[in-house]
Amino acid sequence: MTDEITHHLTDALLMAYSAGTLPEAFNLAVATHVSMCDACRAAAESYDAVGGALLAETESQEMAADALSSALAMIRDTPAEAPAPRPADVPAPLAGYIGGSLADVTWRPVGMGVKQAVLKTSPEATARLLYIPAGAAMPDHGHKGLELTLVLRGAFFDEDARFGPGDVEVATEADEHTPIADIGEDCICLAVTDAPLKFRGWLPRLAQPFLGI
Amino acid sequence: MLIATKPRQAGDIPPVSPSYVPGAIGSVTSGEQKRQMKSAPARADWVAHVIRIRDARDETAFAELFAHFAPRVKAFLMRSGGDPAIAEECAQEVMVTLWRKAHLFDPARASVATWIFTIARNKRIDVLRRQRRPEPEDLSWGPEEAPDQADIVALQQESAQLSAAIARLPETQRELIQRAYFGEMSHGEIAAATGLPLGTIKSRIRLALDRLRHAMK
Repeated sequence: MTDEITHHLTDALLMAYSAGTLPEAFNLAVATHVSMCDACRAAAESYDAVGGALLAETESQEMAADALSSALAMIRDTPAEAPAPRPADVPAPLAGYIGGSLADVTWRPVGMGVKQAVLKTSPEATARLLYIPAGAAMPDHGHKGLELTLVLRGAFFDEDARFGPGDVEVATEADEHTPIADIGEDCICLAVTDAPLKFRGWLPRLAQPFLGI
Repeated sequence: MLIATKPRQAGDIPPVSPSYVPGAIGSVTSGEQKRQMKSAPARADWVAHVIRIRDARDETAFAELFAHFAPRVKAFLMRSGGDPAIAEECAQEVMVTLWRKAHLFDPARASVATWIFTIARNKRIDVLRRQRRPEPEDLSWGPEEAPDQADIVALQQESAQLSAAIARLPETQRELIQRAYFGEMSHGEIAAATGLPLGTIKSRIRLALDRLRHAMK
């Protein structure tokens, strides 16, 4: 999978992920993409190295006299962690948010065959799974600020670009974009936005000119 | 090629043997790599400590890591807004997490300081921001495979060079990066904190990931 990915995260997002300043919903999208993309994993881990260098050089704060003995008591108490089992159909970070696998998702229809499931994250940003039937357009959803759309299954087209599994589209408020699911297969995406997201009446973007909206 | 960071300080215990990856040393062949190996213990001794924890549940190694890193983690967490009591408790927990997750540490992809930073950062998000921190799927070496010794040495060396590069930055720029990583600015501001020589270390990690993927097949 990792070699076929052509649409990546930006350096600013990867650095912010490493520094730990992103809202939870964005962390989820970054962690999920990085699980699928070794190029972005390498970039994220190189930003982690910046954090490591800073930690190594930071001043010290004296620990309590019994700190080490408390820590030793804790490590004697618990066995080493066993490797986590690999989830079946989504990367591990996403599995924890959808109850295990795509089969466990509770979808809600939002019109024109499109379904969504809002995932529980902290309120500064919103994460949702979108299910777009093959050939259908994503409804207009008037996002503000930054939006990441990560393909998990199938593919979508936006303008001339094709986004397949693992690809992520990074869009800002200014971008005119009209994602349409590839005709071959239904498309499932993880979509994350800065602001709580409102669909405008569940109408697909393509229908709007005719309706004069 | 000189080391900028000094994981060991006067009065600390002597360095442990550099033979922390059994069998891997034989694969080092070139003269350049041999020279790197000779100077490796000073750079990579914290790596040896984590390997001793992983393979032998070595409490002495843990105590030495704790003495060096716990006070730094505590300072990091206090600077991120934690009060001293919470920072103290969290610093202990960060070091306990290091013990529990020792099998996941990959010295071909991170220095020990880097790895501890990621654990401390996640603790900060978990405790100070009260949020879950989604982390990428773990990629770790199986019991049969191990990263190449030369890759470990190279990555540890490049981590030291990155530290040196950060130390050479103008004060204002270094301060900006510190504020970003210590949780004192929002992600909108971070884009300004660039300009670090990260290409080399990124390529090195990518190479290590390729080798790991190959071994996982």
